[in-house]
Amino acid sequence: MDLFEYQGKQFFSKYGLPVSSGEITFTVEEAVEAAERLGLPVMVKAQVHTGGRGKAGGVKFAATIDDVREHASNIFGLNIKDHVVKRIWIEKASDIAEEYYASFTLDRSAKKHLGMLSAEGGVEIETVAEENPDAIAKIWIDPTKGLDLETATQWVSSANLPEKAVEGATEILLDLYKSYVEGDADLVEINPLILTSEGKVHVLDAKVTLDGNSTFRHPEYVEFDQTQTRDERETAAHDRGLQYVGLDGTVGVIANGAGLAMATVDVVNQVGGSAANFLDIGGGANAEVMAGALEVINNDPEVKSIFINIFGGITRGEEVANGIIEALQNVEIEAPIVIRLDGTNADEGRTILEPHLSEALQMAPTMLDAAEQAVDLARKESN
Amino acid sequence: MSIFVDENTKVIYQGLTGSQGRYYGLLNRDYGTKVVAGTNPRKAGEDVDGIPIYANIQEAVDATGATASCIFIPAAGVQSAVLEAAEGGIEFIVAITEGVPAHDEAYFYNYLQNEFPNVQLLGPNCPGIISPGKCNIGITAGHIAKPGGPVGIVSRSGTLTYQALYELKEKGIGCTTCVGIGGDPVPGTSFIDCLKAFEEDPETKAVMMIGEIGGAAEEEAAEFIANNMTKPVSAYVAGVTAPPGKKMGHAGAIVSGGKGTAQAKMDALRDANVRVGLNPTEAGEHMVDIIAELGLN
Repeated sequence: MDLFEYQGKQFFSKYGLPVSSGEITFTVEEAVEAAERLGLPVMVKAQVHTGGRGKAGGVKFAATIDDVREHASNIFGLNIKDHVVKRIWIEKASDIAEEYYASFTLDRSAKKHLGMLSAEGGVEIETVAEENPDAIAKIWIDPTKGLDLETATQWVSSANLPEKAVEGATEILLDLYKSYVEGDADLVEINPLILTSEGKVHVLDAKVTLDGNSTFRHPEYVEFDQTQTRDERETAAHDRGLQYVGLDGTVGVIANGAGLAMATVDVVNQVGGSAANFLDIGGGANAEVMAGALEVINNDPEVKSIFINIFGGITRGEEVANGIIEALQNVEIEAPIVIRLDGTNADEGRTILEPHLSEALQMAPTMLDAAEQAVDLARKESN
Repeated sequence: MSIFVDENTKVIYQGLTGSQGRYYGLLNRDYGTKVVAGTNPRKAGEDVDGIPIYANIQEAVDATGATASCIFIPAAGVQSAVLEAAEGGIEFIVAITEGVPAHDEAYFYNYLQNEFPNVQLLGPNCPGIISPGKCNIGITAGHIAKPGGPVGIVSRSGTLTYQALYELKEKGIGCTTCVGIGGDPVPGTSFIDCLKAFEEDPETKAVMMIGEIGGAAEEEAAEFIANNMTKPVSAYVAGVTAPPGKKMGHAGAIVSGGKGTAQAKMDALRDANVRVGLNPTEAGEHMVDIIAELGLN
């Protein structure tokens, strides 16, 4: 789950990290009122789940209320990399002397937590990593041991932060690590972490991604789940508990298992078509789940044909076949369907499907054949 | 021979009294796996279809001499189940449960490394391990696999593992052991752990590997293969057409900024002389060729 900057800052402040006070707003009037309450000058910041806000004109300094009104009017509705701005965060402006970078994430290769700190913040860390890798001080933390004061202090000095920032930065890194672990975050990133002209180290931005698997111990994360950016199709799938990712093609894909679903999308592509989605219905493939999946796909106007790719493991072929037929009786499907059924009792399953086959419901012996048929159908339907 | 488990492996099911644990525990026993015990502190002294339930792993190990365990416990309890198994003397832990928080996985992976370096954890979020005809721990349908050999399989994806087993069986090729390592960010067993074991196993003559986008596990495996493997390998990597930055079902299957793409993984594997198929069937066909070239068909 990706958090908006303001949610990230609320998350950080629970762990004692110093963030600027601010308010989230949904209209220009609310933005103006927030600025009046907070006191000028303020920053007017677009809240979107993507980077590059500043370059796109989504982050502005406002010295007067008229500035706030003007910037907020421009920023609401602004399209930043296909994300339309619906929320603006108004916060007290800070006086920046220097900009740093700090983050924690999991290093999957080392199987340890990775902390990164750089005296060169405010720019994309990927660029720093490429052009001047020595400017990033990295530490790997054993999750069973954690990060202690001594290690953190050494780390900060190895990043060449100026003397006056060392104590403040160390404290922030310890709290940041705590928020990362206790908050079950996949990523916590502060860019920039600033030194103010008064010599205080302060959190100016917040990028936080939380682990969706941890909600059983963080029931309050439901709120963040509701503010995820999803298109209509993804929302419909999410409501039905399906693993769905929207793509741009014309062949709707349903498969059981994430790997098989990915492979199905690949094969559609390989035979010259393009998938409209990735949809994993899990191992069971029963009628109810299948019906839900078909509904989601059916509501996508771009879908011209549907490719159902099921491999029976523990779930037997006849159960899968009956599930598909039952689902088709309950959902009115517009696009033609191609089914590939393989694995346990596939022959029995195919025998059940046989009498139901038509132009609108076809069967293919292999994954490649089915993909070719589905792509052909999509092409014909498009013409 | 097989790797990690064989026909003598005695297994305790942590969560045997739950619906999933019971269902697969009994299926595994029907397959021939030595399912010797289950654990549940509230049901000690009871049994599940004749399999005795003990209060904890320690008691179950003392009573049965089991060396392996299989975890069918909800995600919230997996960390304590893994630690309990290791502390109770289990050498091979298979965690089937999906949805385990990444921080828990990182914690117990490192805990085992530090305190119990000889314990092998498989999973979480994996289909388990099967040595066809000998032992099946987890949720793989046993009858889709042909016993014998000469192929070893290691895979990050569940259904694609079944697909691979099935396609080899259809072509008359057997499997020594098939390990589903799972697609989570911190898998207990890596590709390399399995490749190493297959390289040392005299009955395994070739290895089929199924990867996915995300992370660098396939690239690391490619490096290992180039430097350490004498046995031929065929591979498939799912997610060639996955858009960057999108999670595709598995927690692990995410591409970020050009790293971990299927293309990069396939290139690395090809550089290590692995025969890479563009779809699972093609990887299976490569394996048929390999078997023929080895004169084993």
